[in-house]
Amino acid sequence: MTKPESEWTWKELTVGNVVLEPGNASEYRTGDWKSLKPVLTKELCIHCGLCYIYCPDMAYNLNEEGYFIADLFYCKGCGICAKECPTGAIKMVVEEEGK
Amino acid sequence: MGKRVGMEVSIAAAEAVKQCNVDVISAYPITPQTHIVEHLADVVANGEMDAEFFCVESEHSALSVCVGSEATGARSFTCTSSQGLALMSEITFIASGLRLPIVMILANRAISAPLSIWNDHSDAMMVRDCGWIQFFTENGQEVYDHVFISYKVAEDRDVLFPVIINMDGFILSHVIEPIELIGQEKIDQFLPPYRPLHSLHPDKPVTMGAFALPSIFAEAKMAQEVALRSSMPKILETWKAFGDMTGRYYKPIETYKAENADTILVTMGSFGETASVAVDKMREEGRAVGLVKIRLWRPFPFEDFKKAVQGAKNVVVIDRAVSTGGPKGPVASELRSALYGEPVHPAVYCFVAGISGRDVTPKDFVKMVEKAEIEIEEGNKEGYEIYGVRE
Repeated sequence: MTKPESEWTWKELTVGNVVLEPGNASEYRTGDWKSLKPVLTKELCIHCGLCYIYCPDMAYNLNEEGYFIADLFYCKGCGICAKECPTGAIKMVVEEEGK
Repeated sequence: MGKRVGMEVSIAAAEAVKQCNVDVISAYPITPQTHIVEHLADVVANGEMDAEFFCVESEHSALSVCVGSEATGARSFTCTSSQGLALMSEITFIASGLRLPIVMILANRAISAPLSIWNDHSDAMMVRDCGWIQFFTENGQEVYDHVFISYKVAEDRDVLFPVIINMDGFILSHVIEPIELIGQEKIDQFLPPYRPLHSLHPDKPVTMGAFALPSIFAEAKMAQEVALRSSMPKILETWKAFGDMTGRYYKPIETYKAENADTILVTMGSFGETASVAVDKMREEGRAVGLVKIRLWRPFPFEDFKKAVQGAKNVVVIDRAVSTGGPKGPVASELRSALYGEPVHPAVYCFVAGISGRDVTPKDFVKMVEKAEIEIEEGNKEGYEIYGVRE
């Protein structure tokens, strides 16, 4: 995408609005939807990866230190990771306060 | 002249689909469309046609299959009637939004309730705004011809819209008529294999049917609206090419003895033939009555229509569906708004007639013209009634 969708004119759309660029859903910031964000307490984390497995948006990635961290660009704040975390290492925090 | 044979119109329609080398047929049987599907099933099973015939569990699936197959670049066909179209209606909007050139024959039938298998246009009016190109045919020959015309128009790169061919249930679908068949060589020349603009293929992934945020939805609809309206020149061009091939020329609006007419009857579909008999009779009696037949319903040919009724004092529209609680019948209300901006325009009188297949004879057309002329003369210029209802 060369410019944001909100600037496209009707003449610039493809016939039938076909998306010709494969995989461009990755450009969509679903992270805008959340009101709560997951915050990890590293001391409690046992690196089991259940947050990574359960995350419905595949927002979790393994970092170099061996922790699974949610990419807030995609995380919708559903809280499944916090619910599934066996040690309570993930807490959902109101996004505004967490800033 | 090609070979002229007597055949049931449904069979002729199915033969045309076969001649178009359709790749996918997906339909669910419903009266009065059944004979078309049955014949196509026979033809495919007998190996006379190299196509996939999908036996689906509903009309919703029938059209959904066509959307999928057409998206891969396969020429696809479906047909239905009434309740079947109602069940399909969700997908009709998707097919046009995705700009997939599917062709559907709609054997027009009343919508329940009360339950009826007979002919009127309430099914077609239900999907009036679904974004397909919509033809209304008057006889079997027009149905046969419009299968070729529809694929040719639909698949044009400047068009890419699905097409509905409306044919009156029973009145056309179950009647044997003389049909002039077109040789396969001519058809192959007229209708080359379909080359889709975009298609689903693993080598070149694309997304069809993505969602649109409010920030882009209006632009998408504008593009669709402009494109459908802009399909008119291609429709005219295709009719011209078809006429040059067969000698049968079609127009968006057909007129019959409409010149210098004070009163003009307006019909869509098979009523045109009956009404023309009534017009002949009235002309013989020295009355200035003419007939205008609407063949192209979407995109609506506003200019042609205005021209056709120019100079007339009275326009008597025969609607075949009730717009319950709305402004008269659906056709009449559109024609009235088409004429509203004209400095001088005729009175538009609306009769809803022949719903659920009730017979409307030439005599009835004469009666309706007489009634409308008297009512308009007396000042009831915007009259509306359901014709022949017992009080």
